[in-house]
Amino acid sequence: MSKSLRIIAALAAVGVVGGLAFAFVPVQTTAPVAQLPDDWKPAEGQGKYVMYASDCLACHTADGGEPFAGGRAIASPMGTIWATNITPDPETGIGNWTLDQFRAALYDGIRADGAHLYPAMPYENYRKLTEEDVRALYDYFMHEVPAVQNKVEETKLSFPFNMRFGIRAWNWLALTHDAGFTPADGKTEAEQRGQYLVEGPAHCAACHSPRDMLMAQDGVSVADANFLTGGVVDGWNAPALRGPDSAPQKWDVAEMAAYLATGRNIHSTANGEMGLVVEHSLQHLTDQDNLAIAAFLKGADGAPVEMPENFATLETRALPALDADDAGKETEKMLTEAAPDMALGPRLYLDNCAACHFVSGKGAPEIFPELAANHIVTGSEVSPLISVILNGAEVPSTAKRPMHLVMQGYADRMNDEEVAELSSFLRKAWGNDASAVTAAEVAAVRAKQPH
Amino acid sequence: MARQEKKKDVVIVGLGWTGAILGMELAQEGLEIVALERGHDQATVPNFQYPQMIDELRYGVRLKMMQRASQQTVTIRRNEAETALPYRSFGSFLPGNGVGGAGTHWNGLNWRPQAEEMQLRSYVMERWGAGIIPEDMLLADYPVTYDEMEPFFDRFEYVAGISGKAGNLNGQIIEGGNPFEGRRSREFPMPPMPTTWDGQKFADAAKAMGYHPFKAPGGIASTAYVNEYGMQMGPCNLCGFCERYGCYQYSKSSPQTTILDALKRMPNFSYRTESEVLKVEMAEDGKTATGVTYFDEKTQEQVFQPADIVILASYQLNNVHLMLVSGIGQPYNAVTGEGVTGKSYAYQMNGGVTMFYKNEEFNPFIGTGANGMSIDDFGVNQIDFGREGFIGGAYWRSGQTNGQPIRSMPLPKGTPAWGADWKKAVGEWYGHAMSIGSHGSHMSYRTNHLDLDPTYKDRHGRPLMRMTFNWNPNDLRMNQFMKGKMEELAKTMAPDLMQSAFKGDGAQYDVRPYQTTHNTGGHIMSANPREGAVNKFGQAWDKHNIFVTGAGNFVQNTQYNPTGLVGGLAYHTAHAIRTQYLSNPRPLV
Repeated sequence: MSKSLRIIAALAAVGVVGGLAFAFVPVQTTAPVAQLPDDWKPAEGQGKYVMYASDCLACHTADGGEPFAGGRAIASPMGTIWATNITPDPETGIGNWTLDQFRAALYDGIRADGAHLYPAMPYENYRKLTEEDVRALYDYFMHEVPAVQNKVEETKLSFPFNMRFGIRAWNWLALTHDAGFTPADGKTEAEQRGQYLVEGPAHCAACHSPRDMLMAQDGVSVADANFLTGGVVDGWNAPALRGPDSAPQKWDVAEMAAYLATGRNIHSTANGEMGLVVEHSLQHLTDQDNLAIAAFLKGADGAPVEMPENFATLETRALPALDADDAGKETEKMLTEAAPDMALGPRLYLDNCAACHFVSGKGAPEIFPELAANHIVTGSEVSPLISVILNGAEVPSTAKRPMHLVMQGYADRMNDEEVAELSSFLRKAWGNDASAVTAAEVAAVRAKQPH
Repeated sequence: MARQEKKKDVVIVGLGWTGAILGMELAQEGLEIVALERGHDQATVPNFQYPQMIDELRYGVRLKMMQRASQQTVTIRRNEAETALPYRSFGSFLPGNGVGGAGTHWNGLNWRPQAEEMQLRSYVMERWGAGIIPEDMLLADYPVTYDEMEPFFDRFEYVAGISGKAGNLNGQIIEGGNPFEGRRSREFPMPPMPTTWDGQKFADAAKAMGYHPFKAPGGIASTAYVNEYGMQMGPCNLCGFCERYGCYQYSKSSPQTTILDALKRMPNFSYRTESEVLKVEMAEDGKTATGVTYFDEKTQEQVFQPADIVILASYQLNNVHLMLVSGIGQPYNAVTGEGVTGKSYAYQMNGGVTMFYKNEEFNPFIGTGANGMSIDDFGVNQIDFGREGFIGGAYWRSGQTNGQPIRSMPLPKGTPAWGADWKKAVGEWYGHAMSIGSHGSHMSYRTNHLDLDPTYKDRHGRPLMRMTFNWNPNDLRMNQFMKGKMEELAKTMAPDLMQSAFKGDGAQYDVRPYQTTHNTGGHIMSANPREGAVNKFGQAWDKHNIFVTGAGNFVQNTQYNPTGLVGGLAYHTAHAIRTQYLSNPRPLV
């Protein structure tokens, strides 16, 4: 079923149930999951830390705008949603919000004025925040974030999505899990901490879980079958984080943690949406927390978890490039022989890509990502691969790996047919097995880019 | 009226290798630092990106990475009797421009000086006595020893990401490395790069003659690399675009690949580009600097930047010029021999043999700036100066650096420079030639020096600096010695044709052809304030809050490319400031 049909079907269901609900039940907000003393105070820095873990900054800050003052356009299938001002400005921000109102936004997706937030706000996940973290976050936004007067454009989706009460019905169907966090049994403290971060503040499932018929997250807890089994966001594949071919299973805990904290490891680099997550959120977490996330992902389905002491240290490191693995040998041989009559795709690879990514497709550790079994290369969505070739990619500067690592774009150097040939080659090379890319697909991505 | 900026703890003039090193080290002390860079900002992407960067006409011939003569140049004469004229068309040496400085466009050849070179005067005096020292030679010891410098050489090599093979590990000679090098405390951070066929051919011949070939060390990454700042390099693909180019591949050791992004994260560090420092300003008593005045290209105005510490980290020629126009150190007078600033300007004495083989394919487009095999059998510590009649030495290297079509087209002597016969010769010989280079020491002399030009001024109205420089018989004899030895070896390699290029007796300095951008001296280090401009820590003898980095500190030039010593000295200076100066600012010696 196409996405639009799914949405219409979902809306029909939402409409019926929502209508009934709206008619008979008053709006209710979720109570705190723990009672803290009135004089409870967060530890210094705790609120800011929860903010980083929850990645509030990335969505609630416009390009070039003041932090948290809103105004960022968030594309959704229903239209543009404008991120709100969450600074403590009383008029245009959340300065007048009570703690209970703030919690209701996080847990129930309900604004102080009682209106429903669109689920671009990941309250399905923030619902798992502990009361301590809710309080710390509230304290941070009320007392540490400077108030900025900035009236943000109203989100105006077209009918029927402009009927915010419909969300209420959606919440009835989507928001069935209890508030608060339930650690999985029999796991280490680190894994349970990782589980909390993944399920709660870091809201990984918002991208990495598939969406169900209602466009709700299909899996918000580790016990859910489809939790973190991969999703599609804004034309990017958010890869599965579970299953034998997933990164957390193929990489060791230290390399997974390095990827989270620095956007790079010996296998790959974080680009696109994940690059933003690293930049605005994960690099600010403690090493212990990034290790905890990696440990949780590794052990989620029962794999043994070996915890390293640290990762991405500042010890100097000389790492030779690797030979192709067995699946890649044939492609490696063909590229090495470089026969004059070789096809256009591999020839373009040799002329433009092989210097960094090598004939092995293995790249170079920590700096040039592997293209063999790289999910951007082989994803069901082809626009990210095309976009990287046309426009380049970058990995942000992070504390442990400060280099702002930039891959240049090749839009000026290759036409649509050539990019299609190159992409199609990559999607079949070194044992990759994905469909061909067409020039029309390249043209569509090229047309989207500002010149 | 100059604009005045907020006072900083440290102002750094120039953001190349040493400016970046000092910036990083002192930022770690929590000091408020600003670096002022004359040129533009530049990063691997977009400034060095492929394929725009590998444009020989633009960068190799038209020198777009380099300083423009209209920005700054020198006047040059060969002796006191001549009238110096401005160096208008850059040839002999090519100072860089912009963030990263010459560290962006070097070949990557990274060496340590020999222990004997650091104490060359003492070495000569002990072995042969004062009698072999030419009267006008300003032969001196560095005021630091190799052993004192070893940790700092090591530090720089590990930051810069140098590929190579140790030949002397803690005194133990290691097979495959340079047996004549100074003691290393540990192996190179990366294994050596592979060698091309010309280098192998040379190494085989050298070995047959009883010499000791080894893979040349270089700031070219042989593997992926992460340094102590978390900065990264990617393995080199041997594209052959190193010297005169920025590396598009993150493979060449440079401030960009090894320091700058880490430095930019330091909240107490900032830098301003297009900010050309015109003068170091002094306190009324003349004993300390108060900051610098610079020209802000963007606002077209002069700006005073006050600071407690001034670090001159620009190119050697610019450092000496700034010192001369600011009154740092007494200007050197070549007639009386008095004064220190501008003294002991030195260069490099190089030569080489090119060999043509009809039936050999060298594929010259495969290469790196630091490619190939070397020998140090004719290095400073292997030559009997008394017997040979000169003081100095050279290392040899054979390894193609590039196959660029405009400038890297060796043809037999006598081939027309254009036209049908030139084309025919190119068709016949491209890819069939190899060469061996001799990279030799250059001593300091009373006659070779730098001062302010009496006639020519720069665009800010400051006098241009005047270079008085010519070749000296001692170094020319060294070069001729190398010629003899090298031709002997080359003949054993049985080329179809061979030709030599070694300056000899009576050679005059010619600024037109490129020779090397290894300009040294002018603010040399010394054990006492009479002999040099700065002490062993690079601290100006007469103004203790001014530190000066770079090859201007060299008392005479070594037989090697200067970067290893420049980088080591920069860490040595940084260490002294951190451990001795900050707690009690004063003259450190």
